[in-house]
Amino acid sequence: MTPPPDSLIGTIETALREPHPGRITIDREPDYLHDEHTLWSWLTTTDHKRIGILYLLSITAFFIVGAFAAGLIRLSLVVPNGQIFSNDTYNKLFTIHGVVMIWFFLIPSIPATFGNFIMPIMIGAKDVAFPRLNRTSWYIFVSASLFTLFTVVAGGVDTGWTFYAPFSTTFSNTWVVPALIGVIVVGFSSILTGLNFIVTIHTMRAPGMTWFRMPIFVWTMYAVSLIFLLATPVITMALILLVMERVFHIGVFDPALGGDPVLFEHLFWFYSHPAVYIMVLPGMGVISEIVPVFSQKRLFGYRFVAYASIGLASLTFFVWGHHMFVNGESETSALVFSVLSFAVAVPSAVKVYNWTATIYKGTLRLDTPMLYAMGYIGLFVVGGLTGLFLATLAIDEHVHDTYFVVAHFHYIMVGGTALAFLGGLHYWWPKFTGRLYPEAWGRLSAFLIFIGFNATFAPQFVLGYLGMPRRYHNYPPEFQLLNILSSSGSLVLALGYVFPMVYLGWSLRYGAKAPPNPWNAKGLEWTTASPPPKHNFETPPTVDFPPYDYRRRETRV
Amino acid sequence: MSGKDVNPGDFPLALWPPSASTEAVQSDHLILGFTVLTLLLTVPIFLAIAWFAVHFRAGKDVHREYSDKRNRLLEVSWMLVPFLLTLIFFYWGAKLFDIHKHPPADALRIEAIGRQWMWKFQHPGGQAEINDLHVPSGEPVMINMISQDVIHSLYLPALRVQMETLPGRYTQLWFTANRTGTFRLYCSEYCGTDHSRMGGLLTIMSPADYAQWLRQSGTSISLASQGRALFSSYGCSGCHGAGSAVRAPSLAGLYGSPVPMLAGGTVVADSGYIHDKILDPDRNLIAGYKQVMPAFKGVIPEDRIVLLTAYIKSLSPAGQDTQPGQAGPERTP
Repeated sequence: MTPPPDSLIGTIETALREPHPGRITIDREPDYLHDEHTLWSWLTTTDHKRIGILYLLSITAFFIVGAFAAGLIRLSLVVPNGQIFSNDTYNKLFTIHGVVMIWFFLIPSIPATFGNFIMPIMIGAKDVAFPRLNRTSWYIFVSASLFTLFTVVAGGVDTGWTFYAPFSTTFSNTWVVPALIGVIVVGFSSILTGLNFIVTIHTMRAPGMTWFRMPIFVWTMYAVSLIFLLATPVITMALILLVMERVFHIGVFDPALGGDPVLFEHLFWFYSHPAVYIMVLPGMGVISEIVPVFSQKRLFGYRFVAYASIGLASLTFFVWGHHMFVNGESETSALVFSVLSFAVAVPSAVKVYNWTATIYKGTLRLDTPMLYAMGYIGLFVVGGLTGLFLATLAIDEHVHDTYFVVAHFHYIMVGGTALAFLGGLHYWWPKFTGRLYPEAWGRLSAFLIFIGFNATFAPQFVLGYLGMPRRYHNYPPEFQLLNILSSSGSLVLALGYVFPMVYLGWSLRYGAKAPPNPWNAKGLEWTTASPPPKHNFETPPTVDFPPYDYRRRETRV
Repeated sequence: MSGKDVNPGDFPLALWPPSASTEAVQSDHLILGFTVLTLLLTVPIFLAIAWFAVHFRAGKDVHREYSDKRNRLLEVSWMLVPFLLTLIFFYWGAKLFDIHKHPPADALRIEAIGRQWMWKFQHPGGQAEINDLHVPSGEPVMINMISQDVIHSLYLPALRVQMETLPGRYTQLWFTANRTGTFRLYCSEYCGTDHSRMGGLLTIMSPADYAQWLRQSGTSISLASQGRALFSSYGCSGCHGAGSAVRAPSLAGLYGSPVPMLAGGTVVADSGYIHDKILDPDRNLIAGYKQVMPAFKGVIPEDRIVLLTAYIKSLSPAGQDTQPGQAGPERTP
């Protein structure tokens, strides 16, 4: 195999390294970006940082696809009679949006990018425990997700990301089986990443890095890895059963073949509810890093927050039934799942209270990452509490499968995960690239996203309570005004997404050089150069300080 | 939407949906009460964050000294008190849910069949309607539903209730409407191409108007009578009818009575049992009879099963189709 031409890559990398030609640079070990220059060196890398960057580029591409589908959905819903697309096209569009955003953006987003890049550095390791396995997991991810993307875009699948049987097994006439195979395979990349992280956190911590000296982000990576390992195999099996039923007519879910469709809902949500915490926990981890730094103060109740992460990861396995209150589950199950879902609010509330207490009497800098963190707290609280509404049996009977649910989970997943992802991206950008991003543009887009997001999704709570069902291409005309409002909001939101792509790209070439620790942050990742050398640290670190080692008590006034 | 005679102006944009039952009003009170509680719990936090962000900004000369002492009681209470307060709403919601799950025995029973992409409703008197549903106000109405193909869900926003319509299994919802009017009716579980067109209008009428509507619409042959015709056209009567040569259980008085199972124990013969027995008689073999009945899966559609069930239900133990003393399943000597 011949290595790809690297003249172009070389040019870009020279530009990255030498933005101001002629300035003298000190001779030292090259950083991970400049250690090797070819595209081939990127594709064969085992460096966790480079793999993190590969993930970052691929999930950004998938995000653009998913967001484009969302834009078309909002465009279609400007008119109530579904004149812009056919019903089948609309159904394929929301399937693309759901499949791509859930499996190829949200689930890998923070763990596979920041988890890969930052987590090993945070615990003072040279790499993850199994570097080649790490590379394998990226290849599995990219090939399976590109295959699925081809399936859902070229052929089209109209089942929605939930693949409910017997619609998916017997009645849909679209490319269901290839899409299922893609999603099954991509699950293995999650499993391998989870395995890798667990072993890394157990065995690769630097001398002195005890469990309770680990940053909360590492705790959430550990919690999320547990979910990857324990929940993903269940969806793998459930989707294999779907393939079996669709291809070989083995009756598992379709009553006409002797199966039970509610069984599929159970298996699906047994994974897909914990999957919500695959998306939410890493976001909480990122916020728990950003808030102390920009308050210059210790994280309040560190141990509570650490325990809450593990608590959430455990509790999340016992609440899947709340997706099925009106789906033919017994009244007793409904009562149990309802009260357990209320219990999930406790560890979530712990985190919110502790972030607020951390800000109190801090020394606040409202830079872009902190703006995202504060936006996150607000939107996550709204999303979480509307989740409690949905866990209330009689309310769910009305708003189940309506736009109320759509609004609720977008507050959690966009308001939560996506804002945390953007906050983390800005926070660690100097570490990733060695460049500073333009602060004013960063703040402007954070505001745009916050306003655009609320304008898009707040009207959907009203639509849902008024009774507009989800996945509706044609809707009653009395809902048009609120839908137009929501679609206009999505334009602002889109603008807020485009800005960071532009100015972050710009900063690669023109941004000011970043010092090792531009935020005056504590934590091992800020003790090494920006960008870090190939093996992360010039000298292996030893840890003899607690996490978030900011001032304990203000002595200067 | 079927929307034959609906103009956009008939359903003006509102910020709160109309309600048509006392339970619906209670659901509204529940969510409003919960909203008030969540506002009480969160607005102080949001205000605090905003105030801290301004007051403690870097560079401002403010008092930042604080004690490292932790108040565990305070920390535990700010977790537990809100949790216990929300449990009030768990209880309230569960109580309403419990009411929704137990229809009164005397409820007017309407059969609903969902299929891609229409609803069929059958009234006890045999009147059938597609997509639209007419019900009387002031009396409990129970909708017993089943799907012919994929999962659907019958959603009546004005009554704040919905229930999934499953293939192969009956599910129910019920309500007592307290006003008349016309409201929307939807399928809320995604079911394929024309999912968003699978709905119509729910018309709640005064009992007198409902009786009038029943008289005017369609057939006057009751569900049970229609079922009786099917009972012979599908050949059921050849074995299950009186004086048949084949030794099959008599169906008189079967509905609602316990049936002994081959595997031991008994099962109460309700709609679901009869449905399963017709479509797939090889499952759940009953004691005392050799299983010789053919399966009718794929032969009899769901709406006809409903008719057959109505007929079987109408066969009283002392009905004219059975001879005295032969009521219920026969036992092996």
